[in-house]
Amino acid sequence: MWAIEAISLRKEYGRTVAVADLNLQVRQGEVFGFLGANGAGKTTTVKMLLGLVRPSAGQAFVLGRRPGDPAAMAHIGFLPEHFRFHPWLTAADFLDYHARMYSMPAEERRRRIPELLERVGLAGWERTRLAKFSKGMLQRLGLAQALLNHPRVVFLDEPTSGLDPLGRREVREIIRQLRDAGVTVFLNSHMLGEVEAVCDRVGIIRQGELVRVGTLEELAGGTLQVEIRAQGLTPELTAGLARWGRVVRQEGNDRVLLEAAKEEALPAIASWLVENGARLYALTPCRRPLEDLFVQIVEGER
Amino acid sequence: MKIWLIAEMTFHEARQRRLVWIGALLGLLFLGVFALGYYLMYQDMARFAGPLSTQAIGAANGFALMGLYAINFLGVMLAVIISVDTLSGEISSGTIHTIVTKPLRRWEIVVGKWLGLLAMLSLFILFLCAGLSLITWLIARHIPPNIVQGTALMILCGTVVMTLSLLGSTYLAALANGVVVLMLYGLAFAAGWMEEFGAIFQNASAVQVGIVVSLLVPAEAMWKRAAYLMQPSFVREFGMSPFGAGSAPSPAMVIYTFLYVLVILAAAVRLFQRRDL
Ligand SMILES: Nc1ncnc2c1ncn2[C@@H]1O[C@H](COP(=O)(O)OP(=O)(O)OP(=O)(O)O)[C@@H](O)[C@H]1O
Ligand SMILES: [Mg+2]
Repeated sequence: MWAIEAISLRKEYGRTVAVADLNLQVRQGEVFGFLGANGAGKTTTVKMLLGLVRPSAGQAFVLGRRPGDPAAMAHIGFLPEHFRFHPWLTAADFLDYHARMYSMPAEERRRRIPELLERVGLAGWERTRLAKFSKGMLQRLGLAQALLNHPRVVFLDEPTSGLDPLGRREVREIIRQLRDAGVTVFLNSHMLGEVEAVCDRVGIIRQGELVRVGTLEELAGGTLQVEIRAQGLTPELTAGLARWGRVVRQEGNDRVLLEAAKEEALPAIASWLVENGARLYALTPCRRPLEDLFVQIVEGER
Repeated sequence: MKIWLIAEMTFHEARQRRLVWIGALLGLLFLGVFALGYYLMYQDMARFAGPLSTQAIGAANGFALMGLYAINFLGVMLAVIISVDTLSGEISSGTIHTIVTKPLRRWEIVVGKWLGLLAMLSLFILFLCAGLSLITWLIARHIPPNIVQGTALMILCGTVVMTLSLLGSTYLAALANGVVVLMLYGLAFAAGWMEEFGAIFQNASAVQVGIVVSLLVPAEAMWKRAAYLMQPSFVREFGMSPFGAGSAPSPAMVIYTFLYVLVILAAAVRLFQRRDL
């Protein structure tokens, strides 16, 4: 069973096609990054997957059930794009109310709520009303709300918007912890660095159409750039590297940028260099930054 | 049950918006003014016609009916105010997103809200009717007849308006919804009088138009029946009074109104289920 599955999912708002025939599968335990320019259809997709918006056509399944089915929603967490709640509630009351919607017993709520506030960096704020929360604090509280029920699938729509650098790092850390715990995460984000750091797979949507899906390596076209730093890189050695890929650039005679076909070649390259007398200091694989890719896909193919 | 949780939250929300306090305060103010007026009026009547005379009781009841009429009107206003943006407000502020994505069905949200609003409205009307009865009892040893049924019918009248407003709030913003609902109520109000005058002047088409509109919005009809029941029999025989009713909608109309509320509530559920959030 897929954690998330979309089959020809489509949404039209009048003449606007917000999402066009989206086919997508997300495995259980996977952190899936969903990228796209403003208005590309990311939020609309998430809303359809959660049953907030009715698709114009197609089907969606989350944990094998229709979006909105309470049996599935019991295991789902969601942080909306513009998270807000009644300003008169205190942080603790807010979480308590949402925990009760999950039918969480009082005793568990008493334990879980302080624990979550701590986890999102809001310990000590439980008695403060939401009206007094800053945007970033509210965002953190929304994140705590999304984790209340020990979800199996979490949808985060731009979780780091409004967060300070520290908060961003904490969110990244939380997502990693979720992945380690086997939780599926569907992450809408514009922070490409963040996506690179935490996502197993990435999908890129452009004007409602899913134009790319895959791991970061796959998106980079299967090639891998390797920076080689070694003493004694003779022209013969450099030329010899060609069997594993293409030499993109050479700087002096101690630095070479090689585009390798696959990651598995790295140990062979290392031992070959050493056997042939080079003194290897570093062999650093560097992926093509996601940003380049994103710009190329979203802009270049227009 | 999630329904009760939603109902509780709806009530809590009204309290936080100070609606409950304002309602209680205005209610007390109203009762104070009523008590004063009733006392002065009854003093005059008793001096003029004797404390337990038919005239005194008739006048006392007439004045009590006037008070009940005002309570009914306040109830209708409160019904609109508490419900006018109950769904649209949560939709436009986005607070609905984290609620709807919890393990509950959308109908539970609508029904829960409806129950919370119904509880508020009922408490308000009960509180005022009980207060009014206490005042008339203390001053004139008189309680309007059938006050219990009357109060129940007044609550039903407010419920019609509240449920319509809940229905409207699935799509309309607060202001538009308020205007629509109050206009519908105004229509029903006018239709009630049309029906009554039509009956007096034996104008069949006026009666028919009145009946049709009353069926579309059976709010005022419930007040008419309440007023009819809460008059002493001799006043009823005498005919029309400005705050009472010469003729009354039948018990069948009450059953119809119950069903009407259920149908409107079902329609609200249906609209809310279909809408994108
Ligand atoms: N309720 C709506 N009514 C009409 N059009 C809408 C509605 N919601 C979204 N759209 C349109 O659908 C398209 C996709 O919007 P969506 O919110 O999914 O984009 P997004 O990828 O989340 O963008 P962002 O990065 O800015 O959050 C946009 O063209 C938007 O104008
Ligand atoms: Mg968005």
